Amino acid sequence: MGVEDRAADSLQDVINWARKNSVWPVTFGLACCALEMMVASSATYDIARFGAEVFRPSPRQADLMIVAGTVTKKMAPLLKRIYEQMPEPKWVIAYGACACTGGIFQTYNVVQGVDQIIPVDVYVPGCPPRPEGLLKGLISLQEKIAMEPAGLRNLVNLPWGKNG
Amino acid sequence: MAGDLLKGKFPEAILNIEEFRRETSITVDPGKIREVMAFLKESEGLFYDLLLDLAGVDFEGCSPRFMIAYLLHSTKFNKKLRIKARVAEGVPMDTVSDIWKSADWMEREVYDMFGIKFNNHPDLKRILLTDDFVGHPLRKDFPVEGPDFGQPFNVCLEEER
Repeated sequence: MGVEDRAADSLQDVINWARKNSVWPVTFGLACCALEMMVASSATYDIARFGAEVFRPSPRQADLMIVAGTVTKKMAPLLKRIYEQMPEPKWVIAYGACACTGGIFQTYNVVQGVDQIIPVDVYVPGCPPRPEGLLKGLISLQEKIAMEPAGLRNLVNLPWGKNG
Repeated sequence: MAGDLLKGKFPEAILNIEEFRRETSITVDPGKIREVMAFLKESEGLFYDLLLDLAGVDFEGCSPRFMIAYLLHSTKFNKKLRIKARVAEGVPMDTVSDIWKSADWMEREVYDMFGIKFNNHPDLKRILLTDDFVGHPLRKDFPVEGPDFGQPFNVCLEEER
């Protein structure tokens, strides 16, 4: 391993450390799981301990999309648009049974898992999962971010360059 | 009371009057629904000025197949009334959206879910499902999982087309 590679890895470690400790979620709740997500930011559970308390109303300022609730087929294009509006790097947590697999709704109007539309990093099962579940999912995501190698992510879909 | 008045006014349009636990249900000939409804709303002694609900029912295997139920409320006399009309498949129903404005979206929902068309409706299109949806899901012969269950669901945004 050359000096340049080692320098790049060290720099990537610093970048990953910064990213994983300031994962800002987009304010996006679809169903009852959203209430558990809101409770996670209350004083009892305090998602701020992990640097993810800043729920941004605009996807342009967010890093993380917590898909909290049932994704209907009518909502699917809107969900995808919000995901596309988020700047890179971005991550997704599928929160709850409905977002993971469709849950109890094996019906004509529900998307059977949000991973059919957008890529998902962490799945949190449960109906609904407790706020601790979201915190565990967030910590898992942080571990995942910390291990991201240099040059994994393309720079905003441009053919040249990498963003870290 | 509403039943007797209607029976006197429209003897041939009233098909059946039921009374169950002080709830009155009147079955009306679907061809005469507009006259009956206008009378129920404007008549002095009745004054059913509020359409609470309008729902479709699918009796698959029976003839006529569908039923539309109207729940009326009189704010003046605090009385409720249920009007039923049986509609065959493929036969359009007359709209009551010009009599009660609230019927507009409810009729669109019935059209969306059962495929019953309404004559002279101002804007008859799907209200709950997407415009490109195929089928009418509250019909008994519609599979609950939908016709394309188990296949990947693709979303194509406008800008990607």
